[in-house]
Amino acid sequence: MRWWLPDAGSTFAGPIDTMFLAILILTGIALVLVEVGVVTFVIRYRARPGRKAFYTHGSTRAEVIWTAIPAVTMVALGLVSNHYWVLIKDKKSVPPNAYHIGVHAKQFEWQITYPGPDGKLGTSDDFTVRNQLHVPVNEPVAAELSSEDVIHSFFVPEWRLKQDAVPGMHIIAWFQATKTGEFELGCAELCGMGHYKMRARVFVHTPEEFKAWLTQQAAAQGAGGGGSE
Amino acid sequence: MTSVAHKTAETHDAHHAPMSFWRKYIFSTDHKIIGIQFLFVSLFFLLVGGLLAMQIRWQLGFPGKPMPGGGILPESMAAGGVILPEYYVQLVSMHGTFMVFFAIMPLLVGVYANFLIPLKLGAHDMAFPRINMASFWLALLAGLIMTTSFFVPNGPIRSGWTNYAPLAARPDLSGVTVGQMLWCVSIVVLGLSSVMGSLNYITTVINHRAPGMTWFRMPLSVWALFITAILGVLALPVLQGAAIMLLFDNVLGTHFFDPVAGGQALLWQHLFWFFGHPEVYILILPAMGMVSDIIANGSRKPIFGYHSMVFAIIGIAFLGWIVWGHHMFMSGMNPTLGSTFMVSTLLIAVPSAVKVFNWLGTMWRGNLHLHVPMLNAIGFVSMFTIGGLSGIFMAATPVDIPIHDTQFIVAHIHYVLFGGSLFALFAAIPYWYPKMFGRMMHEGIGKLHFWLTFIFYNLTFFPMHIIGMGGQMRRIYDPTVYDFLKPQQPLNVFISYAAFALFTVQALFVFNFLWSLKFGKKAPQNPWNDNGMEWSLPNPAPHGNWERTPNVYRGPYEFSSPEAGDKDFLPQFVKLPTDRDPVPAPVPAAGH
Amino acid sequence: MTHGTQVLDQMRPPFPAEPGAGVYSSKLGMWVFLASDVMFFTALIGSYIVLRFGAPGEWAKPSAVLNVPLTAFNTFLLICSSVSMVKAYAAIQDGKKYFLRPVPGKLLRDGGLKFWLLVTMICGAGFVGVQLIEYFKLVHHGFTPAGFREGSVLAEHAATDPIRYGAAVAGLYGSTFFTMTGFHGFHVTCGVISMTYLYFTKVLPEKYSPQDYRGIEVIGLYWHFVDLVWIILFTIVYLI
Repeated sequence: MRWWLPDAGSTFAGPIDTMFLAILILTGIALVLVEVGVVTFVIRYRARPGRKAFYTHGSTRAEVIWTAIPAVTMVALGLVSNHYWVLIKDKKSVPPNAYHIGVHAKQFEWQITYPGPDGKLGTSDDFTVRNQLHVPVNEPVAAELSSEDVIHSFFVPEWRLKQDAVPGMHIIAWFQATKTGEFELGCAELCGMGHYKMRARVFVHTPEEFKAWLTQQAAAQGAGGGGSE
Repeated sequence: MTSVAHKTAETHDAHHAPMSFWRKYIFSTDHKIIGIQFLFVSLFFLLVGGLLAMQIRWQLGFPGKPMPGGGILPESMAAGGVILPEYYVQLVSMHGTFMVFFAIMPLLVGVYANFLIPLKLGAHDMAFPRINMASFWLALLAGLIMTTSFFVPNGPIRSGWTNYAPLAARPDLSGVTVGQMLWCVSIVVLGLSSVMGSLNYITTVINHRAPGMTWFRMPLSVWALFITAILGVLALPVLQGAAIMLLFDNVLGTHFFDPVAGGQALLWQHLFWFFGHPEVYILILPAMGMVSDIIANGSRKPIFGYHSMVFAIIGIAFLGWIVWGHHMFMSGMNPTLGSTFMVSTLLIAVPSAVKVFNWLGTMWRGNLHLHVPMLNAIGFVSMFTIGGLSGIFMAATPVDIPIHDTQFIVAHIHYVLFGGSLFALFAAIPYWYPKMFGRMMHEGIGKLHFWLTFIFYNLTFFPMHIIGMGGQMRRIYDPTVYDFLKPQQPLNVFISYAAFALFTVQALFVFNFLWSLKFGKKAPQNPWNDNGMEWSLPNPAPHGNWERTPNVYRGPYEFSSPEAGDKDFLPQFVKLPTDRDPVPAPVPAAGH
Repeated sequence: MTHGTQVLDQMRPPFPAEPGAGVYSSKLGMWVFLASDVMFFTALIGSYIVLRFGAPGEWAKPSAVLNVPLTAFNTFLLICSSVSMVKAYAAIQDGKKYFLRPVPGKLLRDGGLKFWLLVTMICGAGFVGVQLIEYFKLVHHGFTPAGFREGSVLAEHAATDPIRYGAAVAGLYGSTFFTMTGFHGFHVTCGVISMTYLYFTKVLPEKYSPQDYRGIEVIGLYWHFVDLVWIILFTIVYLI
């Protein structure tokens, strides 16, 4: 049983988790303030015979204060959010040295295309693997998302990465995994009755392992073999 | 041109001949009866939506196990009682559709805008009573069309209540044919009903206020319903337009949302959420308004900061138009646009916070009468706060990435719509029950219902935040397919048990509601010692409301006013020796 | 105007403490409805703009597919109906409830409410009729909401001159064209039906007077709005 976000698995996890915690603390304070207020007032100002409520229509000063504090907090939060948002999602933030792979979604599978020996996508030596995503650790990877039919969403919880794959659109989502091992890729956008089983395995390899896997796959493809299952 | 019109108008009073049962209760143009019709119909759809939710919870808690009673479902939905994936997606889609369009929206707007606006303004009826009646019948028709889709080949929609295209636009991809068309047709009819209702509310509020009922003497419930009507009149047509395009994509072979032929998948989302976010406020503003009335009453204090409450409503409604993109942060929409939407979304927290603090301010140093409506109103404040605060996580775009489209969102929307709107309704229904039926709902059962609902509601929806953080996606049929979701399956089981309990205790409410119709205590004329105009009338009020148009002498929240003497309330309709009668404004004539 | 003292509101008297918008309820209601109709057409026209400028190919030249002169005539017809609606409104303001009445010293007879509203209805019905003819011809040539019908004249043309006929996005062209003009035509039809209803229940029995002509004013508002929408549609669909 886990009570927090999944273990961090990419460079995005650090700032996102910190922000999550910060918002949790901020909202926690606000929540405690309100709930303690509610409970206190309910106990303290409970109706008693002979008591009369304090007749007031409000206090401008109090209202200005509790308008200003949330406003300032929200602006600050907006500035911080925008910084990381641009870093993660902006097209210009994709590192130039990123390793590009193609991620093609269709009902109900993921087709991952890797550049062949020439290291370039869209050439004849590319090869495609179904429902398996292999990436090297500590290297930026750019997933070029496309969709065959309906909207799907590329979601790897450990990487704190989610991006819809929209038919008719070409969207790049980049990330840099920091932990080797096996993870899962799920579809986060309802894409039909098989939505729940649109799942792929994710393998984060050390660079050497990854190279070895690439070579092996490329060879298998060259020999006419289909993608591994 | 002034005086003559008033004399003639005043003598045109409330003498109505006795009417047959059909004219009185079925084809009625009386705004109160129409409100009650909406109440029964939408409570029925609320029950239907709840039943769908129970099936969803069964599947999520116990995937692959035959559902108790599932045997009565046809094999195409639940084979041997085990829910099938396509039926599960339909359950999710129709639960959302029914709850949003046919339960919460008509409960708040159909019932209480109809019932309260004329009563609280001192008006005799809506501006257009026949359009009002048509609005109800169209809403019922829309509900029946939507229900029919369960009984057509391939069943109802399978693309969520949001109907994202191209899934919803292409029968070959969704596997739904007739059901999708029925959804679109039903929504178009419902939109028509909603626009007819809303233009009625707007006109009534502008033109039918009793003398002395100035804008800033209107109760916050009326303010909220008025602003809601403006949202409805402007937002629903957009959904209608979108639903018509979706219908044509399905039926005529147009390509609005089909990228294969040059259409745009995101166009649907922009249209849907351009409607959808104002819709969110349609679903919460009336609740806020009614809760404001009830909290002031229960605290025996004027509402704290009346004017800023009004401006907060207007502010929320205005900002509601420029935040729709926050539903689309992960959609591939230009990230710069995402930043803009993030800022406007975060700003909405400000008027919302003002409202919460002003409710607290109202309770502060009050003399709190914790009757059932007040308990539920307090429940609303504390639960809406959680829903509002959890929204900040999603508004902050980077944090939205891991929680977007997970159960965290489900938790958030239920804290706002159940913890918010539904608790407000549990407050409003007993509060205005005497005005509707002349009897009180049972206090003890009401309190028991509140506490049990409050507990099981939190046990159901709070853990959803946690499984959402764990990454459980929305609308997946079987979470145990994913290894990373398996460890949190016990929590899913827990949520399911809590949800079953939550549903079960609603029987208390149903029982209380029905039992009190016949056996409830007879209501005194002003059971809550309230200030509203409606309490100057007998319970239930007659057709046409007042014999003579009443005068309004003060604001709606003069509780514990020093002028009130030994009482702790001073109704809007009571004339003190120091009060002067308001001068009625002229009736505008044609051509002006 | 100082008349209208006896005007009662529908059902019950309004007693606005403040004059509200200073507008009687049915007119106010129509304004609100028009606001909502603006949003409806905004959804359709907005989608058209987004789809057209985001489309993967160039839109067809309007003259290649559509009969622009015919529709220009139709536009003229609709504008005429707006003018006659103004005349009808002015006639009842002046108390001219009649159909036609000779004016001494003038060749043409003077038209009253009954005449001008009938002209408006005929022009409106004419517009719908011409639009139906246009639709039948377009579908006959192979232009449907789903694009160019296979094997039709237009499909052949599009094959030979794909740029002029916008072959790549013919489906979108058909989708938006028929939806927008169709819903406009639906609005015109509703207007003509409402006017016909008013004509027989209120205008012929001479129930309107210079003191109360709300029905004419309200339907007039609607009619001018529908006319305005058409000017926009004609410009963006047939001219650009």
